[in-house]
Amino acid sequence: MQNIVKEKKNNSFTKKNLLITAGIILGFLVVMYLAEGNLLNRQYKSLIVPIGIYIILAVSLNLTTGFLGELSLGHAGFMAIGAYTGALITLNLNMPEAVEFIIALIVGGFIAAIFGVLIGVPVLRLKGDYLAIVTLAFNEIIRSIINFLGITGGAMGLSKIPRYTNYIWVYILVVLTIVIITNLVNSRHGRAISAIRDNYVAAESIGLKVSKYKVMAFVIAAFFAGIAGVLYGHNLSVLKPADFDYNKSIEILVIVVLGGMGSVRGSVIAAAVLTILPEVLRAADDFRMLLYAVVLIAMMLFNSSGIRTKLEESGKLPKLPKLTRNRAK
Amino acid sequence: MALLEVKNLGISFGGLRAVDDVNLNIEKGQLYGLIGPNGAGKTTIFNLLTGVYRPTTGTIKVDGVDIVGKSPSEICQNGVARTFQNIRLFKKMTVLDNVKAALHNQVKYSLFTSFFRTSNYYQSEKQMNEKAMEILKVFDLDGQANYLASNLPYGKQRKLEIARGLATNPKLLLLDEPAAGMNPNETAELMETIRLVRDKYNITILLIEHDMKLVTGICEKILVLNFGTELATGAPEDVLNNPEVITAYLGE
Ligand SMILES: Nc1ncnc2c1ncn2[C@@H]1O[C@H](COP(=O)(O)OP(=O)(O)OP(=O)(O)O)[C@@H](O)[C@H]1O
Ligand SMILES: [Mg+2]
Repeated sequence: MQNIVKEKKNNSFTKKNLLITAGIILGFLVVMYLAEGNLLNRQYKSLIVPIGIYIILAVSLNLTTGFLGELSLGHAGFMAIGAYTGALITLNLNMPEAVEFIIALIVGGFIAAIFGVLIGVPVLRLKGDYLAIVTLAFNEIIRSIINFLGITGGAMGLSKIPRYTNYIWVYILVVLTIVIITNLVNSRHGRAISAIRDNYVAAESIGLKVSKYKVMAFVIAAFFAGIAGVLYGHNLSVLKPADFDYNKSIEILVIVVLGGMGSVRGSVIAAAVLTILPEVLRAADDFRMLLYAVVLIAMMLFNSSGIRTKLEESGKLPKLPKLTRNRAK
Repeated sequence: MALLEVKNLGISFGGLRAVDDVNLNIEKGQLYGLIGPNGAGKTTIFNLLTGVYRPTTGTIKVDGVDIVGKSPSEICQNGVARTFQNIRLFKKMTVLDNVKAALHNQVKYSLFTSFFRTSNYYQSEKQMNEKAMEILKVFDLDGQANYLASNLPYGKQRKLEIARGLATNPKLLLLDEPAAGMNPNETAELMETIRLVRDKYNITILLIEHDMKLVTGICEKILVLNFGTELATGAPEDVLNNPEVITAYLGE
């Protein structure tokens, strides 16, 4: 029964929050074991940080694409702004590691958010395909500017960025992102955003300020993309403008679409699967990209058609989380 | 002073004068009907009253406040709520959330509270749930509070739109063909509900309707519109016996 949404108890927060806290701690122990134990080899261990970064990117993009319902192809642009801002901060500051890194994360997020306001202007005027093209152009403009500026190292990029990113930072920020976005979508602000997606004429008629909430969604998403960028730069230690072309934006969008528009949990799972998949397929070598594409299509079909529901109902498959709960228009 | 004062209202779309020199005075607490043949300009009047369109001529005052030029969301906050002829619900949201979205400006908390769920969040959400459930109960929708709006049967979707409008705490509620697509039983029930809502919430209602039974049954006064102009105004029994009205509309 997909039509009856689970009842939410609103005042049992002590018990529920206790469970969530326990889950977060348990999750951390699992990640710690994977990162430090003997279960995984080096190659797979090195995927833990990228998975976390993609989770932050996908969950934040889901806010604009899934919950606000506006197609955005510029998420890598915000990521680039965060990445370069953060790198320039840690390269130039001379403070203790943790202090420096926290400043980089916050400022990186904020500068990206400011650009989120800028992109908000076309967002208010354009819809659908037109907006997608403008955000794509925004992405390319950011990349070109970074390519052109001296302070960002031009096409050569930046190097020797301190490797501050580790699984602990990533875990903390992934949890913060998921908690904040989930809380947001279940609040009065999030309801306003979803209402605008479903019917903006009706949303206006009940007194919602459509422009305010559209820009809000873009700014918050940009903030988290910026943070993901800071983590990215301090993981690789080198940054090049080419890392942030539109292919990156599309990659993030693919994760969101696969995980399901408006499903935070789906974005998390899809980010993990799509980051691991290329590594698993490495053995197939020449056929890697072909297999990747085939698996992608198969997963999309499996997730959106009734096949899974049938298998689950007949007991051949355990109940998996519903990825496509709120599909966009 | 009338709650709604409309003077010389008019709008043109290209060469078409969709509404022309309409005057309308609705007293506080009145249940007022707006009727007329298809394409007469009734929905357009609603769109003018709610700021979807800006009038070419005329003034609109709600409770003394001039609302011409204001945005739909500002007009809502000035106390005007509406439903739509073609249902416009938030389809992928639950019935409860549809109403809670409309409580947006009644129960407020900050973005910070949303992000971090301070105790204010739980209090405000509880208050919203209670208010929303109370309104849903009036429309007999409380049993389906957790359904997705798109999964409600048609008649209930129309009711949910009224409930959502009511949640904005309006002085004036505009209903665009609330009984469209309903069977006679549902319509009779709806008439009761509309009257009850008016009394319980102390509001003024202007409704567009083609169902004459409903109009004569609950409206205290009606305005007949034809080709964008007023054809007649008055008590239902007078207006509906007016020969001009009969030829233009009722005779068909
Ligand atoms: N945005 C618009 N642009 C151009 N013409 C419009 C627009 N909105 C309404 N009209 C025209 O104005 C006239 C009045 O339309 P309106 O929808 O107000 O009629 P109505 O009285 O509500 O009819 P119905 O009973 O069929 O709902 C119609 O001829 C319609 O085509
Ligand atoms: Mg109409």
